[in-house]
Amino acid sequence: MGFETIGFYVLGALAVAASLGVIGQRNPIYSVMLLIGSFGALAGLYILLDSPFTAVTQIIVYAGAIMVLFLFVVMLLNVPREDAAEWDRSHPLNRPGARRLGAALAVFLVLELGWAVWHISTREAVAFKDISSGGISSVAALGRSIFTDYAFQFEATSILILAAMVGAVVLARKEQE
Amino acid sequence: MDVTLNHYLVLSAILFAIGTAGVFLRRNVITLLLSIEIMLNAVNLTFVAAGRQFAAVDGQVIVFFVMTVAAAEAAVGLAIVIALFRHRESLNPEAFTSLKW
Repeated sequence: MGFETIGFYVLGALAVAASLGVIGQRNPIYSVMLLIGSFGALAGLYILLDSPFTAVTQIIVYAGAIMVLFLFVVMLLNVPREDAAEWDRSHPLNRPGARRLGAALAVFLVLELGWAVWHISTREAVAFKDISSGGISSVAALGRSIFTDYAFQFEATSILILAAMVGAVVLARKEQE
Repeated sequence: MDVTLNHYLVLSAILFAIGTAGVFLRRNVITLLLSIEIMLNAVNLTFVAAGRQFAAVDGQVIVFFVMTVAAAEAAVGLAIVIALFRHRESLNPEAFTSLKW
């Protein structure tokens, strides 16, 4: 087993375990912390996939900016635990019929996933291409692609960010009585 | 046995399923948003792995855009959470069943 194989399994297990922790935790602060761990593991996987720029962006933008925003809101609202019980009886989604349908669909999804894993493990896999000559890992190639082929999408993104910023300010603003 | 595209696709599918389960199982709006982030990251992993497989830079470009959209989504989503919490003093999604109150 080479370095990349060990790295893949360790980081993959870390990402899955941290993600399971995120949805298993009752306290949202721990959820956010575990999600940062999951993002770190994914950044490691991006490095194994020869994408250092994406790995760094993952750490800076996701773990750095977006998760800090989440943490900020969690601490601002200061609700450590979820309050469950009183809504569970009344909501239609929690009545037996709908719950049974959801459980059946979830089991179906898990079976599908198992089927896919089984088929992939029994099939001959194609190894990754050798890219040592022409680099997809260079930031220059990525930047050239973004600012030429995807220039319009890049500009559209700036409008999206502006709209999101204005929307966030308007939504979170306190109403003046 | 070398690590191939298939391994990354399976890992991504597992992560996506975890995110989906989180959206359906949890009763906390913030954890729902975190589960959506898990799902977005699973998709990002697929894009990067596919880009590596086909030796194309486009996979990483798409991930760049997905991250931008995720940032916008987090900002607006959390603003909505704050606005809802101000009205209902709760983070339970089932507390927010009416559009107007």
